[in-house]
Amino acid sequence: MEDKARKFHNSWGKNLGKTITEKILSSASGREVSAGDIVVAPIDLAMAQDGTAPLAIKAFREMGGKRVWDQKKIVLIIDHVAPSTSEGTSQLHQLMREFALEQKVKLYDVGAGICHQVLPEEGFVKPGSVIVGADSHTCTYGALGVLATGIGSTEMAAVFLSGKLWFKVPETIRCNIRGRLPKGAMAKDVILHVIGKVKADGATYKAMEFCGPTVKKMSIASRMTLCNMAVEMGAKTGIIAPDEKVKEYLEGKVGGKFPLIASDEDAKYGDVLDFDVSELEPQVAKPQAVDNVSPVGEIEGVDVDQVFLGSCTNGRIEDLRAAASMLEGRKVKEGTRMLVVPASRKVYLQAMGEGLIKTFIDAGCIICSPGCGPCMGGHIGILGPGEVCVATSNRNFLGRMGSEKAKIYLASPLTAAASAVAGKIIDPRKLMR
Amino acid sequence: MIRGHAWKFGDSVNTDAIISGKYKFRTLNLEELSKHAMESIAPDFAKKVRYGDIIVAGENFGCGSSREQAPLVLKHLGIGCIVAKSFARIFYRNAINVGLPVMESEEIFSETDAGDLLEVDLEKGIVKNVSKKKTFNTRQLPTFLLEILKDGGLVEHFKKWKRFKWAP
Repeated sequence: MEDKARKFHNSWGKNLGKTITEKILSSASGREVSAGDIVVAPIDLAMAQDGTAPLAIKAFREMGGKRVWDQKKIVLIIDHVAPSTSEGTSQLHQLMREFALEQKVKLYDVGAGICHQVLPEEGFVKPGSVIVGADSHTCTYGALGVLATGIGSTEMAAVFLSGKLWFKVPETIRCNIRGRLPKGAMAKDVILHVIGKVKADGATYKAMEFCGPTVKKMSIASRMTLCNMAVEMGAKTGIIAPDEKVKEYLEGKVGGKFPLIASDEDAKYGDVLDFDVSELEPQVAKPQAVDNVSPVGEIEGVDVDQVFLGSCTNGRIEDLRAAASMLEGRKVKEGTRMLVVPASRKVYLQAMGEGLIKTFIDAGCIICSPGCGPCMGGHIGILGPGEVCVATSNRNFLGRMGSEKAKIYLASPLTAAASAVAGKIIDPRKLMR
Repeated sequence: MIRGHAWKFGDSVNTDAIISGKYKFRTLNLEELSKHAMESIAPDFAKKVRYGDIIVAGENFGCGSSREQAPLVLKHLGIGCIVAKSFARIFYRNAINVGLPVMESEEIFSETDAGDLLEVDLEKGIVKNVSKKKTFNTRQLPTFLLEILKDGGLVEHFKKWKRFKWAP
């Protein structure tokens, strides 16, 4: 990585008219490429989780795979249905553990947390690198200035074997966000607002580069929330130019030097979008599409059965803090339940240290073990027919969290917690102190 | 030549609709998983679909998660090809990698009714609506993707070539 970084630094100076994504893929493939070119790039990190790894392992064996290309560059993680809820799931988990042991690759087992929180936390994500994950929300890592994208299981098997993958260099949509976020609005509200405008297929196959003063001010966790949901617009990845904040975040996690790459001033974009969020109201994505977005005020009063705080979008410490600030000294309304799922063991411990877990339990919340939780209907918190859930996660598709007759509203941690207190969807600003 | 009857679906058919998350974490058994294909949006689909049938869909087919079980269950049920206005990128790659042909065309959707007999020539990128006596050109697949499809998917491709045969 260090050699590559140095090479990168020397060859890609200013004003080559390249976006950050073009620079990373140029550096990785060893030639100057632009949007539309197809490249084969070596992979710096490959990740698979319990929903996708079993098929990848099966395909790896079918391809005749004996040894993985580089055991240090592969991470497996059991986060989607963790702990297991059935014998069938347990067998798939066993398959992963056996493979990890046999191939000597790192496996994060049940309880470590969600892949997209654990990998950055553990220092696997280095700016300037190319990361593939057998999970669509792999684009989350773009918050640290990497080219990270989701792939399927068979491709993952090909990566396990060869360490390489083909990419079409994506065109970039520059998404400029400015204005001071008003009271009650969080990064989640920003990205829901953007998705509502760009729509579910508005960025298909493109890179969504978030920039502007609002993004600059955001924490790494908030930037991850933005990049996480880029795929909900069809994007290949979300990406943000790394800065001093990224350096700070990676201190003690990632060794060696890495470049603070940015798009050139004269970079060519497929589109440039401009959002002023200084008067943004809290947003909600209504059933059953992520781009079905409106200000929360328009749907206030919908009765809520379940609130889910967590996921790779909003299960980080700042999200838990925001929700706890709303719940402090209050109770979850009778008839409503609230599930809190910290994104990782580290987040869980930090929340304990800060007293947030006690606040949640005092308020009547249920704390579940770190992982993906109810997001994809795999285990805990499965919705029954006619139930309504306010979730801080990223998808509200029909049947996503259980019954096809249930409804899912996506919102920020503040809106979710406020709705738990009110027992119905409510503008969080009404309950903020 | 792929030949079969059309099943029509609209825009943004997501992977949860194709195969719900509540099933896919339990088993790799496609026979079992396939029974639930499309069940929330077309409850009869898994029972009635016949070998060679062709899905005709709108924009952004296969959006959502990276689950490869989505194209796999469709292939397992005998779907010969998906012709959509556009695809979500992970689904598109996954389909090719499991050997399920995908083609992009703007026009076919509005010119085809459910049940129409279609014929697909993958190499030429041509779809013929036999029932309506109309022929359509689709966006040509890059040659190296066509080769993966011809080998029967990425597993077979790797068995044969031990690597991606193609390099730029």
